[in-house]
Amino acid sequence: MIPSRNKAAFLGVFLALALICSYVESLIPFYFGIPGVKLGLTNLVVVMMLYCVGAKEALAVSVCRIVLAGFLFGNMFSILYSLAGGLLSFLAMVLLKRTGQFGVLPVSISGGILHNVGQICVAALVVENYNIFYYLPVLLAAGFLTGLLIGVAAQGVIRRVGPFLSGEKRRKGE
Amino acid sequence: MSSMENHVTTKIRGTGRRDLIFIAVLAAVLAAFLVLSAVKKEAGVSVVVTVDGERYGSWPLSKDEEVPVTIDGKTTNVMVIRDGMADMTEADCPDQLCVHQKAISKNNETIVCLPNRVVVQITGGEEGAYDSIAK
Repeated sequence: MIPSRNKAAFLGVFLALALICSYVESLIPFYFGIPGVKLGLTNLVVVMMLYCVGAKEALAVSVCRIVLAGFLFGNMFSILYSLAGGLLSFLAMVLLKRTGQFGVLPVSISGGILHNVGQICVAALVVENYNIFYYLPVLLAAGFLTGLLIGVAAQGVIRRVGPFLSGEKRRKGE
Repeated sequence: MSSMENHVTTKIRGTGRRDLIFIAVLAAVLAAFLVLSAVKKEAGVSVVVTVDGERYGSWPLSKDEEVPVTIDGKTTNVMVIRDGMADMTEADCPDQLCVHQKAISKNNETIVCLPNRVVVQITGGEEGAYDSIAK
């Protein structure tokens, strides 16, 4: 594992990466007709960390990313929104990964779907109107698709970058 | 927390049969859900605006109208009814998500402005009509 003195720097690099993903995503006028549907590029970083670094590190970076990105590119509501989606999606991914039965794709897909479930729940609570669950089918399908795309990308990244991150190859270089 | 670290592995399996089954079943369920919800769509008759969960007012979709939503003396959103569709044309929030959203006309469709807690929703006329008859 990572030596503790390097940990802050090591995780800081991931946080920077996740923030850049947030920024890139905020630049793309990605619009599918309903608010809340996004590619979820930062989930690529979270999935990668889940496999290559560790669950609690992934959670820490994810939460810091959401709060910082909210201040930088969004507002209080986007933090609330993202936090609900991010935490629920993280929980789903960790649990599914822990079963040991599935690969990266199902883990990422469940993350994508649960992210949207978390968001619509917060939205319903904030506006005190439960009719917005009308959009649930579309949001679930969108979460599935974005999760699948991110999963395919994450699989490729983990395969190529994973050995360096876990220290197998890093130590040789030191 | 060492148990978490035990799960760290760089050797990941490729996409196996179990993964494909998981994906296929999930895709089928979601597609069915999507189709079912699309089939149920029917044209609405009126539009209801709620602010903070409380009813602000309702307007028939048949009459073109511009409805400013005023909260605490400040107009935060403008909803426009045109050609039987309701659309949010103005909002004073920075994200403008509700303004970007397409005009709605089908029963139960909604436009939500999260920062102002404004919800624009289409309702079916039938229940309303029955209510007025019952009265």
